[in-house]
This record gives sequence, C-alpha cells and structure tokens, in this order.
Amino acid sequence: MIMNSLRKTLDKLKPHFTKGGKFAKLQSVFEGFEAFMFVSDKVTFKGSHIRDPLDLKRTMTVVIIALLPALLFGSYNTGLQHFRSIGTDPALFQAFWFGFLRILPLIIVSYVVGLGIEFIVAQIRGHEINEGYLVTGLLIPLIMPIDVPLWMLALAVAFSVILGKEIFGGTGMNVFNPALLARAFIFFSYPAWMTGDNVWTEGLTAGKNIIDGFSGATPLSLAAAGEITKLPSFIQMLIGTIPGSVGETSAIAILIGAVILILTGVGSWKIIVSVFAGGIGMGLLLNAISANTYMELPFYYHLVMGGFAFGAVFMATDPVSGAQTEKGKWIYGFLIGVLSVLIRVLNPAYPEGVMLAILLMNVFASLIDYYIIQSNIKKRLRRAKVALNTNIK
Amino acid sequence: MSRSIKLKKGFDIRLEGIAQKRLAGAVSPVMFGVKPIDFPGLIPKLDVKPGVDVLAGTPVFHDKLRPEIKFTSPVSGKIVSVERGDRRKVLEVVIERAGTGSVDFGKADAGKITAEQIKEHLLESGLWPSIRQRPYHVIANPGDQPKSIFISCFDTAPLAPDYNFILENSSLSSFRTGLTALSKLTRGKIHLVMKGNSADNKVLDGIEGVEKSFFSGPHPAGNVGVHIHHLDPVNKGEVVWYVNFQDVISIGRLFDEGVYRPERIIALTGSEIINPQYFRIVSGGAVTQLVTGNVKAGEHRYISGNVLTGTNIGPEGFLGFYDSQITVIPEGKYHEFFGWAAPGLNKFSFSRTFLSSLIPKKSYKLDTNFHGGERAFVVTGQYEKVVPMDIFPMQLLKAAIAQDIDMMENLGIYEVAEEDFALCEFICPSKIEIQSILRNGLDLMRKEMS
Repeated sequence: MIMNSLRKTLDKLKPHFTKGGKFAKLQSVFEGFEAFMFVSDKVTFKGSHIRDPLDLKRTMTVVIIALLPALLFGSYNTGLQHFRSIGTDPALFQAFWFGFLRILPLIIVSYVVGLGIEFIVAQIRGHEINEGYLVTGLLIPLIMPIDVPLWMLALAVAFSVILGKEIFGGTGMNVFNPALLARAFIFFSYPAWMTGDNVWTEGLTAGKNIIDGFSGATPLSLAAAGEITKLPSFIQMLIGTIPGSVGETSAIAILIGAVILILTGVGSWKIIVSVFAGGIGMGLLLNAISANTYMELPFYYHLVMGGFAFGAVFMATDPVSGAQTEKGKWIYGFLIGVLSVLIRVLNPAYPEGVMLAILLMNVFASLIDYYIIQSNIKKRLRRAKVALNTNIK
Repeated sequence: MSRSIKLKKGFDIRLEGIAQKRLAGAVSPVMFGVKPIDFPGLIPKLDVKPGVDVLAGTPVFHDKLRPEIKFTSPVSGKIVSVERGDRRKVLEVVIERAGTGSVDFGKADAGKITAEQIKEHLLESGLWPSIRQRPYHVIANPGDQPKSIFISCFDTAPLAPDYNFILENSSLSSFRTGLTALSKLTRGKIHLVMKGNSADNKVLDGIEGVEKSFFSGPHPAGNVGVHIHHLDPVNKGEVVWYVNFQDVISIGRLFDEGVYRPERIIALTGSEIINPQYFRIVSGGAVTQLVTGNVKAGEHRYISGNVLTGTNIGPEGFLGFYDSQITVIPEGKYHEFFGWAAPGLNKFSFSRTFLSSLIPKKSYKLDTNFHGGERAFVVTGQYEKVVPMDIFPMQLLKAAIAQDIDMMENLGIYEVAEEDFALCEFICPSKIEIQSILRNGLDLMRKEMS
C-alpha cells in the first residue's frame, strides 16, 4: 500500500527532475533516492538476458553490516573510556548511549559532506550516484579519535572525496583508499589531533573533571614510549576496552565483521589472511632479533593493538585501491602486514603503522598486478614461440 | 590418446523449465527467416528481392567482403520481405514456405573428393557459415587451413539441450560423413569433445578417426572456446575452426543426399513454457507454432539460444542459425521496493549475499530485470571464478574498452568469444555490458589485423 502510493508519487514527481523540468539540476539526487527505494524496472537489452540480483548497493550494504559490531562496540567503549576518565563506573547501556551520541555527529558530518560532494559531482558528470561512499562514510568516523573537531572532519572528508577520488574519475578509479586518506590528512595537517594521549578519550582534551592519574594513552603510544609494562593485557586489547580510534579497539568485533565479509564473499579472504600472516611473520622476526623492549613484545600483541585488525579487514580489502589479481592479493596483503609492524616498531615518529602501510601498498598494488599480468603475457608469448618452432620443423 | 579434463571454475545457473527427454515430432513452420545478425561482423549483400521464388539452397545474401560465402534459403518458397533496422541494416530476410523443391548440389563421396571440392560444396550450399573460427569467433575464412577443428558434443549453458538425447535421434551415418568431409580441411586433428567420460557417451563409441577428449565441470565447460584453450590453444597467427555438432550432420547430409536441409533437434525450454520438450525443426523456422498455447500467462521474453548468449526474437521470431534451443522467460519490467536490501530467499545469485545460497540444488525462475544500474568496475576477483581459462578477464575487458590492441593481443583475446565471458556479465555487480565490450574488442582486432 505505502509502497504503491510512494511509487505513484515518485512517478508523478519524476518529470520535474528530468531535463527541461523545474528541478533538472537535482536529477542525480532524485534518481539516487529513487534507486535507493526502488530497484529500477530496467530490463536487459543486449547480451545476457538474466542478471544476478547482486548489485553494488547490496555489496556495500554487506560491508556496512560487517562494520556494525565495530560501531556498536565503539559506542560502548567511547562511553566506557569517558566514564573511566571521570572516575565513575557506568552501566553497559549508559556507556553505550553516551558513546553513541558522541559518535553520531561524526557519522552525520561524514555522510552529509561526502554524499553532498558525490551528488554534485554526479550531477555535473551526468552519472548515476555511486554507492562507494556509503561504506567510506562509515569507515571514516570509525578510524577517527573521538575528540576530533567536526570542522576538521568535514575538511578531511572533502579532501579525500575530491582529491582522493573524484579527480581520478570517481568510485572505482581511485588510487588510494579514501577513508585512510581522510585520516592521513588530519594526521599530517593537524598532528595534535591524531597523536598523543588525550584525543582518544571523550572530553580529555577539554580536561574537565578528569581524575588524577588517568591516562588516555593508547597501547601503541605506550609501546612506542618503551613503557611495555604499562600495556593493557592481551585479553583486554582483544576485547577492546582500551583507548583508541572509535571503531578499531575491539579485535573481536572486527573479527565478527571479517567472518561476515568472508562468508558472503564480499571481502577477499586472501587479503585478510595474508595481512595477518605478514604481521605475524614480521612480529616473529622482531622477536628473534630482540634488540629493544618493543621488539621483545610478543608478536601476537601487534594483531590486537591499534588499527591492525581494522585495517586488515576493512581497509586492505578495498577492491579498488588494492591489488586486483588473485596472486597479487597475497603479496599485497602480506606486505601490508610486514610494513605495519615494521613502521610501528622501528619508526618512533609514527606509532601507528597500519595506515601508512596500506596507503603505501595502495601505490604499489598496480605494480604488483603489473608483474602478475606480465607473467601471464610471457607465458602466452612462450607458447606462441614453441608453436612457431614446431611448425617450422 | 584421449584426455580427461576436470574444470572447477564456472557456474551452473539453475533455471526452471528444462526440456523433458521427449521428441514431440517434427514441426514445419510456414515462415522462415535468414538473419544476417546471427553472424557477427558480417556485412550482407542481398541476392534476392521480395516476391522472388527460392528453393532450399538458393542464395539469399552473401558476405560483401568475402563474396564466396553465401547464405541460402533453408526451404523452398517465396521471399516475403526484407526487414531492416537502424541505418537500413538488414535484420532478416523472411521467406514463406511453399513446395519441397531444393537445389541439387550433387551427391559426393566425401572421402574421395578433394578439399577444394568440399569447400566448394559447402560454400555453394550455404553450409560454410556453420564453420566458425578462433580468433574472433566469426565465420571461417575459406582460404585458411586451420591447425585443428573442434566439435563440442555437449552444452553446459542454462537449460541447454542434452546432446546425447539429440544424438540418439539423429543420423550417425550423416555425422560420420560430415566428419570425413571436415577432416579433409585440416592437416591437424578433428577434436570431438564430450562430457564426463567415455561411459557417458556410448552413442559416440563407433566414431573413429577423431581425437576424443572429455571435459567435466560447471558451465562454461561445454564451450568450444574452453576446449580449444585447454587442448590446442590459439596463438597469434594461428586459426582453429569449430562446428556445432548438429551442423556436422547437415554437412554429412549435403554430401550423402546432395541437398541443403539444415534440420535439427531443438529443446524448447524455460520457466514460462508449459510443456518443455524436444522438437525437430529446420533452422530459421518461426517459433510461433512451438509457443502458441504453450506458454503461461504474462509478458515474456522469447530467446533463440540460451539465456546468457541468445537473441531476443519475440513470439513470432525465427530460430537462429547456430541455435539448438528456444528459451522463454518472464520479462522483469517492475520496480522492486528496496529490492537490493531484501533477504532474498527466492533470488538466485552467484554470490553468497542472499539467503538462497543456503539452499543448494533448487531451481529458479529468473526474469529479465537488470537489478540495478551500470557502474564502474569496483569488485575484483569475481570474473576469474567463472572463466576456466588462464586469462585475466577484467584486464582484458579494460584493454578492450581502451582499444589497446597490443594489450588485448597479449592478454589472449584470440582465444575468447563473448559466450566465454557471458557468465561474467551475469554475475557482474557493476552491471557492465561485458559481451558487447568484448565483441567490440574482437571486431577492432579483426579490422586491425586484416
């Protein structure tokens, strides 16, 4: 019933939003919303007469569902850290609700700014609106410190969408992972808001009512400072009741997301597995060298500290900025794991290595693919040569 | 020595409406059509005008660039009309059947005459177009000598006819004659590619003088392009020919009886057919008789061929030159409320993002809805899962879009045809027109290399 009248309303409004109509400038926006509510009645015209019901909207939706555990736990943890900082012990729901209300503005700003730019660009180009930002828009708040100012977030989103994506041609054409680009933007432009001990806990930068002796330091900054003994326990980091970016702290919540991505086939299990393998490999190597206390940190700690798990599951698996050949995905993922741990331990200027490792490997992804494809080409040329020789004989 | 190859990559689309193994007898349509659009890359030059009487075997049009390749009327009768599309492109020449006369091409012992004489016979009778080639998946060049000839004895496409059933009801002696004739056209082997193992193909036990191979696996394991890729791949400068196995029978009939009669057994399939079964029909015949009173209520799509690669012909259209199957499925012209978000218990998908993936083996009724809008390439690693060849589908398609000739050649465009990538098109979440892109690439290569 509602559906039918909605459909009728849309059909009635449609002429106003097409060329020559009153709101022709909003055509992309209208079509975007129409396609969101109703799958188009377009039928196949040439080629295959039937099409798989899976489209990019659904693919992106699966990723969003996979992100929900991290988002929900992030809400709880944001509240938990805040209440700890003022010395109270909150109830589960109290912590969750407090955190959720703090995260919501981040999500709203991210979507409004990002989708706004997408709408404008789609209208200029005369394209349909791409779904890519639906995921990016949720990823960005999840990798931000909770205290990041909203204007800074808006600026970072605009930077990553315009300079990271649209100038390359939009969704599917970008070189870098747009969400990580937003984080890198703040990291390099406003380092005070992406490093240090205060930004990770709600209210700590304002500094009101903070109890004595509370430290909002993340495990990574503790480790980088050589204060290994102060690190939370492995179990704590696995569960995620530690300071950190909004969605990255709980390895368990992220692993639930990984299971969703792998079971549905939406995320590449090869990349996820190989990032972890790379991290473990590098961790073991550093354990073997053991030149300082950070190197002595048990290798499995790296997997639950900072953004390692989040990066492996949600960032490295971005099909556009990652390696596109199946063999390439193994190499790409493995090197991300290796570089993440390497940067963390050996470069004191960057306590978090995952973001930089993935962005760096984004650049090298096409090079990896290039060599994989060249080997296929060489194989074909060799076969042709053999055939030519036997023909001459 | 026969080879057995097991393929893992690929995907079987489980549709409702498979044909019962029952031969309903012969249908003799009144209207016939010869369609230049069945032959990619062909520029037709008409030989007849409306009103002219023709016999079975009278040329209707020929290839403008290779005038020796003729396309003849499958029946005797009168030319009714020439249907044209955009820019006066000839779509079909319509013939009304009358009488039973046919051009006498003369009986010949295929084993004794020369290759040139065999080519002559095939070209004159209009059977030459049944021989196609890789590269480019077009009608073979009569001047070439292929390094081998492939005949696929099974089809894995959705609802495809069971070739063993067709074989049991066909003339094996004509098939043998056809093979003899074809074997003169190559210095290499004739590859007969069958499904599973030799126990599955008892009918063909008696066929000798050919190289038998066995393939198993999901679609496109029955595609001749896949067979060629694994058994005798096409390198630059090489040519491999292939013929549909029912056309081999027609070729045999030409030499045994001296007539052009492209009769074949086809499967009438699809969820909207009330009584899906097999029929004997002459190629080019109208499907009207087969579908009238035999379809369920609603708006349908009538496809000559299978749902992946067939042609939309409408309820009164003509069976395509290369097709052994008619499929009728529902049209999908409807808006679906939040369709992309539905749990999807009744939606059939290659991905595991719908609940239906929890129920294996069930067959589905699929319609022609597009399920979304076209997007850029985003998801990776999917096409590779349905192309059982050592080829990078996405990279090849991108090279085709960029019209990068060297890259297309390097990535193996000589080995593939649209039908080999049809499953990529089906599963593509970005809804890209993959088969058209590949066809444009193939046409460009053919133009540049000639």
